[in-house]
Amino acid sequence: MTTTDFLTRRRSMLVQATGLLAGAAGAAIVAACGGSEAPASKPAEPTKAAGAAPTTAAAKPAEPTKAPAAAEPTKAPAAAPASGGAGLITGPFDGEAKALTGAGATFPAVLYSKWFNDYNKVTQVQVNYQSIGSGGGIKAISDQTADFGATDSPMTDAQLKDAKGGDILHIPMALGAVVATYNIPGLEGTKLKLSGDVLAAIFLGTITKWNDPKIAADNAGVKLPAEDIVSVHRSDGSGTSFVFTDYLSAVSAEWKSKVGASTTVNWPGGIGGKGNEGVAGEVKQNPFSIGYVELIYAIQNKLGVASVKNKAGNWVEPTLEGVTAAAAAASGKVAPDLRVSIVEQEGEKTYPISTFTWILAYKTMTDAPKAIALTRLLWWATHDGQKLTGDLGYAPLPAEIVAKGEAMIKSIQAGGKPAFPGK
Amino acid sequence: MATGPTTHPAMTALPPNARSGDAALTRAPGGVDGDRAFAGATLAAALAVPAILLAVFLLLAIDAEPALTRFGASFVTSSTWDNVKEQFGTLPYIYGTVVTSLLALVLATPVGLGAALFITEYAPRRLRTPVAFTIELLAAIPSIVFGLWGFFALTPVMRSTVEPFLKATIGPVPVVGALFQGPSLGKDLFTGGVILAIMILPTVVAISREVLLAVPTMQREGMLALGATKWEAISGAVLPYARAGIAGAAILGLARALGETMAVTMVIGNSSRKITGSLLTPGYTMASAIANQFNEADNELYFSAVVGVAAILLVVSALVNLFARVLIWSITRNAAQGARA
Repeated sequence: MTTTDFLTRRRSMLVQATGLLAGAAGAAIVAACGGSEAPASKPAEPTKAAGAAPTTAAAKPAEPTKAPAAAEPTKAPAAAPASGGAGLITGPFDGEAKALTGAGATFPAVLYSKWFNDYNKVTQVQVNYQSIGSGGGIKAISDQTADFGATDSPMTDAQLKDAKGGDILHIPMALGAVVATYNIPGLEGTKLKLSGDVLAAIFLGTITKWNDPKIAADNAGVKLPAEDIVSVHRSDGSGTSFVFTDYLSAVSAEWKSKVGASTTVNWPGGIGGKGNEGVAGEVKQNPFSIGYVELIYAIQNKLGVASVKNKAGNWVEPTLEGVTAAAAAASGKVAPDLRVSIVEQEGEKTYPISTFTWILAYKTMTDAPKAIALTRLLWWATHDGQKLTGDLGYAPLPAEIVAKGEAMIKSIQAGGKPAFPGK
Repeated sequence: MATGPTTHPAMTALPPNARSGDAALTRAPGGVDGDRAFAGATLAAALAVPAILLAVFLLLAIDAEPALTRFGASFVTSSTWDNVKEQFGTLPYIYGTVVTSLLALVLATPVGLGAALFITEYAPRRLRTPVAFTIELLAAIPSIVFGLWGFFALTPVMRSTVEPFLKATIGPVPVVGALFQGPSLGKDLFTGGVILAIMILPTVVAISREVLLAVPTMQREGMLALGATKWEAISGAVLPYARAGIAGAAILGLARALGETMAVTMVIGNSSRKITGSLLTPGYTMASAIANQFNEADNELYFSAVVGVAAILLVVSALVNLFARVLIWSITRNAAQGARA
C-alpha cells in the first residue's frame, strides 16, 4: 500500500519535473555557449577606472557622447572662485588632527576617494570615508559616530532636530546629473528626446509601448518599435533614485501624488537592479528597456542617453555644463542653509535632472584639532578639489555656491572661536 | 583479578620511567577537576547557541516594534511597501520568498534524488567519488558568484529561450498555465527559483546519498532474489526505506533556499508589485528586501519596517523547520505502522 502510494506520487513528481528540467538543462547548455560574450557586456566599474588613471580618464569617457561640451566647462566655472581660495592649503598645519572619518552617500564616493587620496598627499591627513549611503551618512553625523556625513538628499527638519551635536551645516561639494538611458535595438545611434512628462508616464506604467504617440510626437522621423517598454530602477536605496524621483515629482503632478520623491519609492512597475552598475547592466541586457543612472555610468558604458526638455523648453543633452548651469540658476534663490533641490531649474542650457551632493558637518565642534582638519579639508575640496570633478563625471560648483560654502566653512567653531586657520 | 597492575605482563616490559604513568593515575583529583571544567565548557557552548538565538530575536523584536505596533496585522497582509507614504506591508516579500523556495524544492528534489540514486545504485564504483565530489563542489561556490552567473548567463537564456518555450507549452494548459503568463523578462520569480534549485542541489544530493547508502543491502537483495528488476528493487525497497531521510534532505535544502540572499537578489527583478500568480513576474524576497533597503533606511519607521522583515523571515524559517519536523515524524510513524500491518 505505502509503496504504491509512494510510486504514484513519485511518478507525478517526475512528470511535473521533466518539463521543467528539459528547460533548465537547455538553459545551462546555451548559457555555457553564451557565457563567453556575457562578461564583455559587464559595465565597467568607475571606481577602478577612475582610481587607476585619474588624470587621463577625463578625455576618454567624454568621447563617445559629447567630448567638447563635457571637457570645457570643467575649467571655466571652477576657475572663477578658485582665484580667491585655491592654493591656500599647501601642506600640513600644526595642531590639526591627522585622521578624519566620514560616512555617507555612494553617489559622490568616486570623487571623494580621489579627493581624499590627493588631499593626503598634500597635508598627510588621512580621511577614511565609508560610502554606506546617504541615509547612513545622516545617521552617522546625527549620532556623532563620524566626523562628517555626506548625503545627496538634504536632511529634513525633523532629522536636523534629532542631531545630537547641535546645528548641522550642508556644505555643497559638487554637482551630479542623472540621465535616462535606454536600449532599443535598431535605434542604437539615435538620440531620443524624452520630456519629463513622458519619463514619468513610462515609469508610472501609463506609457507601455515605445511607439506611443506621446513619444512619437517629440521624436519626429524616428522609427519607434511597437514593443513593450521595460523600465529599470534602483532596487537599493540611493541618492540617484532621490534625484530622479525628485525631478519626476517636479514635472508630473501624478508622479508626485502617486509615488513621490525618496531614496527608495514604491515603484509602480518594472524591474530593479542593484547599484548604478546593476541598472546599467539590466538596460544593456534587456532589449527595449529604459533606466536611469549617474552621468558617468552612461558615458563609460556608451549607453543611449536621452535628451530632456528643460524648463525653458529646450532639449538638452546631459553635460557637465548643463548641470553647472542648473546650480547657477538656482543659486540666486536658494535658502541660506543650501538645503535645496536643483531639479527643473530655469536657464537656456540647464540640464534639469541635477543635484548637489553635500558634506554634513557640525557648526560647533568639540574637538578643536579635528575641526581644524575638517575645515581645511572642506576648503580644499571646494576650491582646489573642484578641478578634479569633471574627470570623474561630476560638475564643478558655480562661483556663487562656492562663496556660500566659504561662509559656512568659516562659521564652523571649536572652543568658542572659528576653526578654519585660513591656510 | 587479584593481580595488581605491576604484575601485568605488559607493565613489566615497560622501561623504568613508566612510573610517570602511575603518577598520572594518582593525580585523579586533578583529573576530576579537569573533567568538571571540560563539562562546564561544553555546557557553556551548548547554552551559547540558544542564548544567541534569543539575543537575535530580542534585538529584532525591539527594533521592529514601532512598525509592528503601528501596522499590526496589515504588516503581513498588505502588499504596499511605500517609504514615501510610510505604508509598509510585507506580503509581496513573503510571497516571493515562499514561492521561489518551493519552486527550488520542486526542481531540486527530483534531480538531487536522481543523482543520489545514480551514485549509490547505478554508478560503477570508480565513478562514484568523482560524480559526488563534483556535485558537492557546487556547495563551495559563493552565493555572489552564482548571482553573477545568473545575471549574465542564466537570465538572457531564460528570457529568450526557456520562458517563451514554457509559455508556449504549459501556458495554454488550464490552472498550471496561469503560472506562465506575461512578458518574459528573465528577471522574475521563476529564474529566482531556478538559481535557488541549483544552489540547494548539493545539499539534497549529499544527504540523500548518505540516506540511500544506509539502506541495508538485504533489502535490495531480498527484492532481487524475488525476481524484481533493479528499478522495482529501488522503488519497492530502497526508496520506501529511505523516504524520511529523503524528505529531510529536501527540507534542509528548503531551509537554505529561504535565507539565500545575494544570488536571488541579482535575478529576481526586485520589484514588489502586486501578486499576479504568474512565475514570470518580477518579485522580491524578504532577504533581498533587507539587503537592498537597509543602507538607506534613514527614518525610524522605515528602519523598523526593514528589521520587521528580518523578524518575519526568522519566524517563517522557524515555521518551515517545525513543519518539516512534523512531516518527517509523520512519515516515519506511518512507515512504522505500514511495516507492522
